[in-house]
Amino acid sequence: MVAMRDKTETDRLFELLSSVVDPEIPVLTLQDLGVLRDISITGGEVKVTITPTYAGCPAMETMRADIESTLAAAGYKQVIVQQNLSPAWSTDWMSQSGREKLRAYGIAPPVSTACGQAGGQIECPQCNSAEVKLISEFGSTACKALYRCQDCREPFDYFKCI
Amino acid sequence: MSPQKEALLNYCIALGDDALTLGHRLSEWCRNGPFLEEDLALTNVSLDFIGRARMFYSHAAEIEGQGRSEDDIAFLRDCREYRNFLINELPNGDFAFTMARQLMVDAFDMGFFTGLAKSGDPMLAAIAAKAVKESRYHLRRSQDWIIRLGDGTEESHERTQNAFNQLWGYAAEMFEMADEEQKLVDAGIAVDRSALKAEWTSTMHAVLKQATLAIPTDDWAIGGGRDGRHTEHLGFLLAEFQYLQRAYPGQQW
Repeated sequence: MVAMRDKTETDRLFELLSSVVDPEIPVLTLQDLGVLRDISITGGEVKVTITPTYAGCPAMETMRADIESTLAAAGYKQVIVQQNLSPAWSTDWMSQSGREKLRAYGIAPPVSTACGQAGGQIECPQCNSAEVKLISEFGSTACKALYRCQDCREPFDYFKCI
Repeated sequence: MSPQKEALLNYCIALGDDALTLGHRLSEWCRNGPFLEEDLALTNVSLDFIGRARMFYSHAAEIEGQGRSEDDIAFLRDCREYRNFLINELPNGDFAFTMARQLMVDAFDMGFFTGLAKSGDPMLAAIAAKAVKESRYHLRRSQDWIIRLGDGTEESHERTQNAFNQLWGYAAEMFEMADEEQKLVDAGIAVDRSALKAEWTSTMHAVLKQATLAIPTDDWAIGGGRDGRHTEHLGFLLAEFQYLQRAYPGQQW
């Protein structure tokens, strides 16, 4: 039997916002991505703190709007989505389950060590081969680079370490 | 407004202008890239710069506190009020020219934002900490391209060499300090850009050498961007960039 945990309203809000996903990579929630940093509620006012992945990432506006509409639909009238730049977002914040979801979706997750530097082993998300070749430092979005697998010959996106 | 606050406001706007003008130039490559991946890369880098501009302008608007928005700062100023380094406003030229400029700017940005991340102004430090992560990727890419182009075919080598020859004199103003900015350095807010020159020069020499390119001569230099004195190209850039907000003030998508 699972003991019922008494949930605080903040927990409920986190649960509610777990339905908000990255518009570009819809398998990742904002929590998986590490973009959702904090939720606080004072009086009737909900304050959600997010941190942008990349300075010019166009998905940030959509994320903000999705947070607002999700909370509005749940009856929260006063919502402030605040953007925090510091500390700067890092792929180190991406959850383990987020990394697995990325791989299953066909995107190689960031290699967890040596962020910012070349290093770690990037593997093909299709066949797990380590024989991969960089095609371009930038893939379909700023956060990804384009690789090709030398074994199965499939091109794939790699979520860059930042 | 106190002199220091005004200096900080001008500083933020100038940094935003650097990012916006280069971001706009890079966006002009959209659908004109030499191949699909490169088209994506150029526009992604463009987005990083435009994102930076927005953060610097928003911070400026907040410091000013007179109700101007980031959009007002971007769309409603004329050439003489823009404070960007001239190198950022130059037309793209060919791909070699675009990448040569990018290498010069990226190498500068790495040193500059590393320094600014220690600024006593928390917002500037936060923007810089973010920018330096992006610049690391930008620099890696521009470096790779210059080596590939310089050490490539006879034509790519010649075009890349020409690009550096045409650009070299625009580097000088990136390392020239104005009095107002020096006071911000003394206050622990701004970066002493004159101190960045040695490292920049050694990065450039190393990459150019590997790319089998000659280091251009230092016999000319052009500046004035930080004082609002621009090349003839900025007017055309702003005309295109600002057209909609000038013709239909306050228009929204």
